[in-house]
Amino acid sequence: MALLRHTPVEVMERKALTINPAKTCQPIGAMYAALGIHGCLPHSHGSQGCCAYHRSALTRHYKEPVSASTSSFTEGASVFGGHANLLQAINNIFTVYDPEVIAVHTTCLSETIGDDLNQIFDKARKEGKVPEGKTLLGAATPSYVGSHVTGFSNMVKSMAMLAEPTGKKTHKVNVIPGWVEPSDMAEIKRLAALVGVDITLFPDTSGVLNAPLTGEYKMFPDGGVTIKELKACGDAMGTLALGEWCSADAARWLDAKCKVPCTVLDMPFGLAATDRFIDVLRTVAGVPVPDAVDYERGQLVDMISDMHQYFYGKRVALWGDPDQLISMCEFLVSLDMQPVYVVTGTPGKSFERRIKDICKDQPFEVKVKAKGDMFLMHQWIKNEPVDLLIGNTYGKYIARDEDIPLLRWGFPILDRQGHQYFPTVGYKGGLRLLEKMLDLLLDRKDRDSSEQAFELVL
Amino acid sequence: MRKVAIYGKGGIGKSTTTQNTVAGLAEMGRKVMVVGCDPKADSTRLLLGGLAQKSVLDTLREEGEDVELEDIRKPGYGGTWCVESGGPEPGVGCAGRGIITSINMLESLGAYEESEGLDYAFYDVLGDVVCGGFAMPIRDGKAQEIYIVCSGEMMAMYAANNICKGIMKYAESGGVRLGGLICNSRNTDREAELITELASKLGTQMIYFVPRDNDVQRAEINRKTVIEWDGTVPQADQYRGLAKAIDENQMFVIPKPLQIEDLEQLLMEYGIMDA
Repeated sequence: MALLRHTPVEVMERKALTINPAKTCQPIGAMYAALGIHGCLPHSHGSQGCCAYHRSALTRHYKEPVSASTSSFTEGASVFGGHANLLQAINNIFTVYDPEVIAVHTTCLSETIGDDLNQIFDKARKEGKVPEGKTLLGAATPSYVGSHVTGFSNMVKSMAMLAEPTGKKTHKVNVIPGWVEPSDMAEIKRLAALVGVDITLFPDTSGVLNAPLTGEYKMFPDGGVTIKELKACGDAMGTLALGEWCSADAARWLDAKCKVPCTVLDMPFGLAATDRFIDVLRTVAGVPVPDAVDYERGQLVDMISDMHQYFYGKRVALWGDPDQLISMCEFLVSLDMQPVYVVTGTPGKSFERRIKDICKDQPFEVKVKAKGDMFLMHQWIKNEPVDLLIGNTYGKYIARDEDIPLLRWGFPILDRQGHQYFPTVGYKGGLRLLEKMLDLLLDRKDRDSSEQAFELVL
Repeated sequence: MRKVAIYGKGGIGKSTTTQNTVAGLAEMGRKVMVVGCDPKADSTRLLLGGLAQKSVLDTLREEGEDVELEDIRKPGYGGTWCVESGGPEPGVGCAGRGIITSINMLESLGAYEESEGLDYAFYDVLGDVVCGGFAMPIRDGKAQEIYIVCSGEMMAMYAANNICKGIMKYAESGGVRLGGLICNSRNTDREAELITELASKLGTQMIYFVPRDNDVQRAEINRKTVIEWDGTVPQADQYRGLAKAIDENQMFVIPKPLQIEDLEQLLMEYGIMDA
């Protein structure tokens, strides 16, 4: 029997009800971003349950231990404020775990009672609870505002705010990758190195949340951007922010406060978005696109043209986070696929405008909703089915009920592996996306073909 | 047991009026518990003869959640029980949450049980919390009757009207009712008439008019209620009168808050504008 059998076909106007949200808490994003700092212990300023949930949400996706501490609010802390708990926590953490950095994010409770992180940090420093050379940073992340993407962006901005410009510009370029997989971060670094641009990538979770099993547990893995690099990002010659939602705030702050000019690009998923990314990189480096990069691009174009017949006209429903969806939609349209339904749980009217813009003058009409939910997505699909689903694991119920293949892509992926190790950004990543889509579409074709139409060669 | 909450604009004299009235009720032989719902923890000073008491939340902070009733409840004038919920220092934490925590704690510790033999529980609610904590004493199953302390000053009347909006919200779904307005006189023009008229527009009554008298301040300096300080002065009789009026009150209504225009019109009619 269908798991979501109570989802009605008729779409009714809803205002005060979200069913199966397409988003999660701000602190999950803040915690993920903080793990991209070398030697950092994320700290959740709130009750224990928040921290436990956020850690387990990340562990379920990345399949790595996620260390994080909590202010362990009690009834008393919620009345008197959490400053005493945080001061004690800072002292304990530096004494017991000795991280280089503590990245504190707030929770709904501490935000509502109005705890002021910077004031508490000042007090901790004055009371000598922060050892020489150690760093505190913090971000306000109430979950009743925005989504996990907002929390990620807030923490990334706090990382940028560690900048200490010396007034002497370097030849480095800041690249803010946005919420992508550790494998994607490594791929961005590889591409920048191929083009010959010296970048500071932050946050950088490669080598943190996809580290090898060596038999030795490291609470603070080798990866991550260092505090030294973050302090120097105010001297960079420019910032490339990948994704308006995830990365632009940090980049604009560096532009406004440290005179580091910023360019905001889409995340480099798919052919055109990767082209734009590479083009900016090679302009910065003042070089033509290197042959090695051209070669990878050519391979992607080859696969697109070889397999075009199988992509053409396929209807796709996708959900996830705004920056990823924008690039993915553009990629699908470039393959002559039809991204007909697009949902994000993150608020933002400009997201809807952007998706409509990407899909305008196409032979289909896109339905798009920011601050939407999976229930609405399912209703749309019930009204007119699609050939492929692209999104996180929460779509598997729809996939099963409606018998539609699901490409797991985005956050969180709780039931399949590989995403930490194989990138989907860049040209190579584009190839991987094509491979995954083709596998699903052709498996389905093989399953459903009549005996006469069952082909050996596709 | 009657559970009574006293509301009103900040500084209007809620705590003073409450404690003096409670002294009157105690003199009549009633067993009363006063619960101060104010982080300043000064709602029982006159009954206890000083501020020495440790608040519920102080106790919670220092001794953890293993608190006993005797840790937080102190005997005051005339056999009253006095409790201060306390709360955070100004500028930090959440005063509203403090009120919620301490009332829940009193309930779980059995302060309202039959065996305590209380005739009255009075909640003295601070005037300036506007979140959920403000409404805690009038949530379902807590205070059933409310008196609003006000005066003929415009802002006090605005506040009274606003409080009525809050009461209306809870009255419609629960059992809480407005018992009347207590006019704590500021010697403004035609004050008694004005408050009587406001009360009738709200659908309630001015249950008592407490005249202004410096004996109240004299008693306060001595950390006493007027009745305890000098039971023979005229003001002591005023508080006895208020206590009696509350004790005998039969009029409990769901208030009908006024539109701001109507309230301003009322002020004009009673000549405040002419002065």
